[in-house]
Amino acid sequence: MDRPTWQADVFAALQAARITQLAYVPDAGHAHLIAAAHADPAMQAIVLTTEEEGIALAAGAWLGGQRACLLMQSSGVGNCINMLSLPVNCRMPFLTLVTMRGEWGEFNPWQVPMGAATPTVLTAAGVHVRRTDHPGEAAETVAAAASLAFDSAVPVAVLFSQRLIGSKVFVK
Amino acid sequence: MTPDRMHNEGTLDRRAVVAELVRDPGELLVVSGLGSATYDVGAAGDRPLNFYLWGAMGGAAMIGLGLALAQPRRHVLVLTGDGEMLMGMGALASIAAAKPPNLAIAVLDNARFGETGAQRSHTGHATDLAAVAAACGWAAVATARDRDEVAALKPRLRSEALFAVLKIAPAEVPRHLPPRDGAYLTDRFRRALGVAEG
Repeated sequence: MDRPTWQADVFAALQAARITQLAYVPDAGHAHLIAAAHADPAMQAIVLTTEEEGIALAAGAWLGGQRACLLMQSSGVGNCINMLSLPVNCRMPFLTLVTMRGEWGEFNPWQVPMGAATPTVLTAAGVHVRRTDHPGEAAETVAAAASLAFDSAVPVAVLFSQRLIGSKVFVK
Repeated sequence: MTPDRMHNEGTLDRRAVVAELVRDPGELLVVSGLGSATYDVGAAGDRPLNFYLWGAMGGAAMIGLGLALAQPRRHVLVLTGDGEMLMGMGALASIAAAKPPNLAIAVLDNARFGETGAQRSHTGHATDLAAVAAACGWAAVATARDRDEVAALKPRLRSEALFAVLKIAPAEVPRHLPPRDGAYLTDRFRRALGVAEG
């Protein structure tokens, strides 16, 4: 599989942060990470039906002494809001990587409202929000976010901008 | 309240059923869903390896999955209500996909939303959660309607990837309130497991 260097670096950052459970609702922007997780015998890749399942999974992983990360796209953030009370109340780490839609050259108007609301609703729910726009900084942003989440036991989201992952191209 | 067979109501005493299921728990890891399931597990005896939910509705089963994957040598039992399980019903598919051998779920099904005025839930209208779990890919599902059936399920809930529906009576029982500080519950659980950092 053709894997851009920055995404391989992000996966390495997750490994270095001792993430062993990688949960996801698929997004094309996360396809490389998902494939890498399934190919890594030290990583458990868990497919979800809806994004808030990943927050509960991460809480269970933490109770059992492991670290999890949730991959989703911005349209899934709205599904998560009440479940974010779990890491906030329990003073648990939580790390999520969010591919952004609805911002840079979006074709699909249905992606725009949740994309525009994503940083605001995450912040309102108690999540520390970081954003990365450039391939050269993506992995270090994830590494720093993982340190913040797991060393300080707080929820952290890293937003991968749509410019970084590339606009989805629709062809008739 | 007399059980309403037309609406799939059971007769089991929820406190007696839960007390039996968690008696002599050994190293069993227990997660309870918000509301009455948390009160039932707390009333049976507080212990550090009980993790009580007081919110995060719909999350109990997936907490069980994350815990089961992290602790493959322990068995995890999720005890929750029909309303909580219905809200997180997709978790039954996600767990079936992950296939953890050490996670069991027991649903205390009174066909009601007990915390909010005993409104009839979907299991009291049309839905069979054991059939849902089977259709999601759970290999072992069961429904218990009397104490003998519960007693037969008890060892299986500690050793198999079993999804069980326990048909309990809709009668209300006194509230028993176990600790509800999430940070405290998390810290003591991790310390009891020996996984706390620092």
